[in-house]
Amino acid sequence: MSRIEGRGRIDRTKPLDFTFNGRALRGFAGDTLASALLANDVHLVGRSYKYHRPRGILSAGCEEPNAIVQLERGAYTTPDLRATEIELYAGLSAASVNGFPSVEFDLGAISSLASPLLVAGFYNKTFMWPKAAWKSVYEPLLRKAAGLGVAPDAPDPDIYDRVHWHCDALVVGAGRAGLAAALELARTGIRVVVAEEGPEAGGSLLRRPATVDGIDGAAWAARARDELAAMPNVLLLTRTTVFGYYDHNYLMAIEKRTDHAGPGRAPGIARQRLWHFRTERTVLATGALERPIVFGNNDLPGIVLANAACTYAHRFGVALGRKAVAFVNNDQGFALALDMHALSKNLSHIVDVRSEPTESLRAQASSAGVQVLPGHVVSCAHGGKRVSGVTVERLGNTGSQRIDCDHVLVSGGFNPVVHLFSQSPGSLRYDAKLACFVPAQSRQAVEVVGSANGDFSRELHIEPLWSVQARLGRKLPGKHFVDFQHDVSERDIGLAAQEGFRSVEHTKRYTTTGMATDQGKTSNVVALALLAETLAKPIPEVGTTTFRPPYTPVTFGALAGRDRGDMSDPVRMTPMHAWHVEQGAAFENVGQWKRPWYYPRAGEDLHAAVMRESKAVRTSAGVMDATTLGKIDIQGKDAAEFLNRVYTNAWTKLAVGSCRYGVMCKPDGMVMDDGVTARLTEDRFLMTTTTGNAARVLDWLEEWLQTEWPELDVYCTSVTEQWATVSVVGPNSRRIVQALAPELDLSNAAFPFMTFRDASVAGIAARVFRISFSGELSYEINVPAWHGMALWKAVIEAGRPYDLTPYGTETMHVLRAEKGYIIIGQETDGTVTPQDLGMGWVVSKQKPFIGSRSFARPDTRRGDRKQLVGLLPEDKYFVAPEGAHLVASPQRATFDPVRGSPSIGHITSSYFSPNLDCAFALALLFDGANLMGQTVHCALEGGLRAMKVVDPVFYDKEGKRRDGID
Amino acid sequence: MLKIRCPWCGPREEIEFSYGGQAHVAYPRDPASVSDADWAQYLFMRDNPKGVFLERWMHGQGCRRWFNAARHTVTHEIYGTYKPGENPPEVPA
Repeated sequence: MSRIEGRGRIDRTKPLDFTFNGRALRGFAGDTLASALLANDVHLVGRSYKYHRPRGILSAGCEEPNAIVQLERGAYTTPDLRATEIELYAGLSAASVNGFPSVEFDLGAISSLASPLLVAGFYNKTFMWPKAAWKSVYEPLLRKAAGLGVAPDAPDPDIYDRVHWHCDALVVGAGRAGLAAALELARTGIRVVVAEEGPEAGGSLLRRPATVDGIDGAAWAARARDELAAMPNVLLLTRTTVFGYYDHNYLMAIEKRTDHAGPGRAPGIARQRLWHFRTERTVLATGALERPIVFGNNDLPGIVLANAACTYAHRFGVALGRKAVAFVNNDQGFALALDMHALSKNLSHIVDVRSEPTESLRAQASSAGVQVLPGHVVSCAHGGKRVSGVTVERLGNTGSQRIDCDHVLVSGGFNPVVHLFSQSPGSLRYDAKLACFVPAQSRQAVEVVGSANGDFSRELHIEPLWSVQARLGRKLPGKHFVDFQHDVSERDIGLAAQEGFRSVEHTKRYTTTGMATDQGKTSNVVALALLAETLAKPIPEVGTTTFRPPYTPVTFGALAGRDRGDMSDPVRMTPMHAWHVEQGAAFENVGQWKRPWYYPRAGEDLHAAVMRESKAVRTSAGVMDATTLGKIDIQGKDAAEFLNRVYTNAWTKLAVGSCRYGVMCKPDGMVMDDGVTARLTEDRFLMTTTTGNAARVLDWLEEWLQTEWPELDVYCTSVTEQWATVSVVGPNSRRIVQALAPELDLSNAAFPFMTFRDASVAGIAARVFRISFSGELSYEINVPAWHGMALWKAVIEAGRPYDLTPYGTETMHVLRAEKGYIIIGQETDGTVTPQDLGMGWVVSKQKPFIGSRSFARPDTRRGDRKQLVGLLPEDKYFVAPEGAHLVASPQRATFDPVRGSPSIGHITSSYFSPNLDCAFALALLFDGANLMGQTVHCALEGGLRAMKVVDPVFYDKEGKRRDGID
Repeated sequence: MLKIRCPWCGPREEIEFSYGGQAHVAYPRDPASVSDADWAQYLFMRDNPKGVFLERWMHGQGCRRWFNAARHTVTHEIYGTYKPGENPPEVPA
């Protein structure tokens, strides 16, 4: 056990038992998983990504690259969490994310022998040949060898909430600078939010000895926190990481409410909350992160950042071993090593690259019994699963010595945490005196305080040192790591530059440095500094890569919040939905609507059900729920004029009581939507649209009325959900409707096609339309939506003597296709004109309308555009896939047996029809109008299938069935 | 997530609005008299400045009215919003 007697902010009265890699261990309340492991002398916590080298804990915070673990098992398991941030709880169970069969004895270490081959860019250079081997050999092997952790395979069992919050000031970070800023702002009475990543306010004041306003730093922090917590205008959040900075001072944070208690321990309480902040101003007090130095085998377990060693001693009462050596280039690192030694009493040497370290610190070291070696560097570390010693050299290659140790403190400088500032977006400036990037300019109302702004608690007197190998000017033994988590070495950076990847963004992606889950928090600046040295450019010219949210990983569950499963998208259902469900209908989604797709009887599949349904409709009668179609009430004295401008055909002379099919186009002349519109009164119309376009069409109408024609007196209202529509279709439809509306004269003379009547149907006030989408005699009965189910059931009853068959969208599609009726989005795709569809008859030559000008454009006027045709396959059972391409007959001269044939069109709709007793299709074919009777081929992977070009109306071309057959 | 001031409803979150592209591109009064080249210009060509852009927004989740905004396409700073027919706000050079 490596505890320091009487030290640390842990509660020794609350021991906590946990397991790591199956081993039972003990820690205390207040420990992190990392501090508890170190207290138990567990230094080997994982194996590196590529080379499977032993790895230990490097840091004490979110910058940790090595100590990532798989936490818990089953539905609660989470991969790649940082042991340095996991708050220990009773019964915690964690494991290394790689290492087989164990982290101690890992077979994957064999790959380190291949390391000369696994250099930067090897992903792009190896495993390429033979091509077939990728899927069966290489990929499975790589997946087994690589990878960090296992994703859960059960749904996330936790609840997550989101909060939207407005405030006047958002302070990110409750360390010394953040607390001071928050107090100053809050005392003016404005609404302040303070968000702190850690479990308690205090930041570095909890991690090392300090004095603020004459009192102990931690005590000062507690006092500040208490004052803030008592103010009604302050919201103080802990365990809350602000992870993204967006436009107009919108920031997002994740608050971990129950993770510290363990999984599933707080049922009914949201595990995490996603905060959306809109603030007037932001104060970033995000601190700074220490960075390492690159030397030989700098990745051995036991090599830690100086501030981490101090934190483990001071905050957690943990000594990292018996004998420590520190390697620094600045005063803060030097001081942190001494602060650690004051508690752990195990520091033997401070190796300082500077030939003249600050005198007062040298004196402090001396009186503490620590030997200082100025003008020296650590060239190489030694050891297997833990560091056992270092080789220290005097600069100028004038001598070296080996010093035994079991842990090494490293401080290469400090990087202000500028991530959020950069996202705002803000520019950075390289400060040569501090040897780091500091915030420069942002357009947002943001200020940066404390060490995040380069205002460190002491003068650094830093001498930049990125790579010892480069400084000594000769190759050193061992591997020299830059990015620990992705196993990127100094050599990789050099290789990337050599191969032409000289921009920092290219170097990053070619080497993958900075791309692991730690996002390069300890490696990015080192990498770009090494790149700068390689390119002989100053660091500011190389620059940083782009900072993107999230600052630290956010679980998907928190982003989804409550919007998952049934709640992930609204489901729209008609009033008759329950009846369809009870009948066992299969449903298809049309936008957010659930529409019955087909109603299978026992043993039927889609094909069988559709055969039965479509035959039934044409021989007797069918009933369909057509409620989902868009309906728009259009009224005003200019309503008819407006329709004239929006539709391609004429509307002013439509009689009250009649309806008409209309097509609307975009200004480019391409078909946008279609539907039947009825004239209710002189100044009032009811427009229908396709189900999927209902909202889009209403928006379209409004756009023109508001932005181009505000002088028109027209009002549009959506009434899609206000009306339920029951379509009774087929030769017996008249009889069925008559039974429900005995007073209504349903003779063709009294109730012609494309007219409507108000009537009482099944005792309900209804509007009945004679419209047909199948070519059969058909009545669409509209009632106020709350009567929809009653009407539907009444129709079902009345239909029994005629074996009335409910049918769904699939049958509806087959029936309309047999008649050559188009469906928007199927025969149209935004590039098809009414003329292309053979619908020149719906295009008025008398009046201008939206799109009319475009029919005169040269490209729209071409005679050989893709045109709507019908196709009959040579093999009558061949149902061509919708979207399949057509090619000309192989006998044509243009066919190239090697490269194939150009596409001359594509299949838009394709079905098997029991009414035709064969498969058939609709297609858009170049110059289709002139190709009637010719054979084209449907091109599929398996070969060509011959199809004959025919008229797109396959059934009842004369339209005789429309008025009934008796 | 921009903060956009609807001229009728006041400042709202971007998610309440839908975007309408370049503003002040009027539908030609008499399309029949417009040349093919000018008509194609109206149909297909829109400005794409790196700088202040006058554009349209519609408050779809609110009052459902169309209005205009002057927004910088790089910084996303919105200099002002204005109703159809009103003048754009002053913007820095």
